[in-house]
Amino acid sequence: MIWKRKRAAPASFSGLLGPGRPELSCEECFAVLDRYVELELEETEADARFPGMDAHLEGCPACREEHELLLAYARTQPR
Amino acid sequence: MTAPMPNEALSTSPAATAARSLDPDARSWLLRLRASGIERERALAELHELLLGAARFALTQRSSQLGREGFDDLAMQAADDALIAVLARLDDYRGESRFTTWAWKFAFYEACVAVRKRRWLGREVPVEDDAWHAFEGEPGPAGRVEQAELLSALKSAVTTALTPHQRRVFVALALNQVPVDVLADRLGTTRGALYKTLHEARNRLRSDLASLGLGPSEWQSDSAAGADLSRTGPGTAA
Repeated sequence: MIWKRKRAAPASFSGLLGPGRPELSCEECFAVLDRYVELELEETEADARFPGMDAHLEGCPACREEHELLLAYARTQPR
Repeated sequence: MTAPMPNEALSTSPAATAARSLDPDARSWLLRLRASGIERERALAELHELLLGAARFALTQRSSQLGREGFDDLAMQAADDALIAVLARLDDYRGESRFTTWAWKFAFYEACVAVRKRRWLGREVPVEDDAWHAFEGEPGPAGRVEQAELLSALKSAVTTALTPHQRRVFVALALNQVPVDVLADRLGTTRGALYKTLHEARNRLRSDLASLGLGPSEWQSDSAAGADLSRTGPGTAA
């Protein structure tokens, strides 16, 4: 089901109810996380390349935390 | 100075063939980790050091949740577990990212899971839904009425629209914010399985609220099917 957002629900309820759009599973998120982060570092269209990833990161606090840490760490390392 | 390539670099094995299509750094890592003897031991030590650096970064970022006690042990354990996971999944690496980025994600996974479990050590997973009070109160009379109506409907839907397992998972993960890995441990299941249950619960709640004309009433559907979660695989991420 594709949901069109006319107006955002209160942020607190969004956290309870999740993104409400197609998302990757935790396993799929982990599988592509390294590629996703590298695209983010290159400031290319990471979300377009991996549809459903941003929705999962919105809905899953654990995967979101690991993504944030990997991105932050990768930014500190020489490329 | 680049580490000398082992003789396997001249081999026509599938692993050696695949390694030759990678960037030089990745190729070196894979060949050395698949070598034998001292060459492999050195590679393992370097990889462990790389993973330990990432684990320490994660624990430092989360030190307010953890405290300094046991920091080094936790970092070392996370690096050890990440090393095992990397070696077990070495054949999954296809060179679509840097080898270091690919390996780091295992360290961050293990470190984060370790922190979550350490924080919840000895704590009971709350089953009550007292946390609803955190969602009460919205500035402005119109917003407050709307939010109260939505909250009431949501509470009712959690009770009536979900299966007992979905309710239990939703209350724990979404309402009480229990880390998914902690709950997975307590229930003897996996993060992926629990998140799939949470996803299904959320879909049911959204549908129930939408049928009442409550919002996410701001969200209108384009089809009759539910929002999809891509296929879930068995087991945890590592």
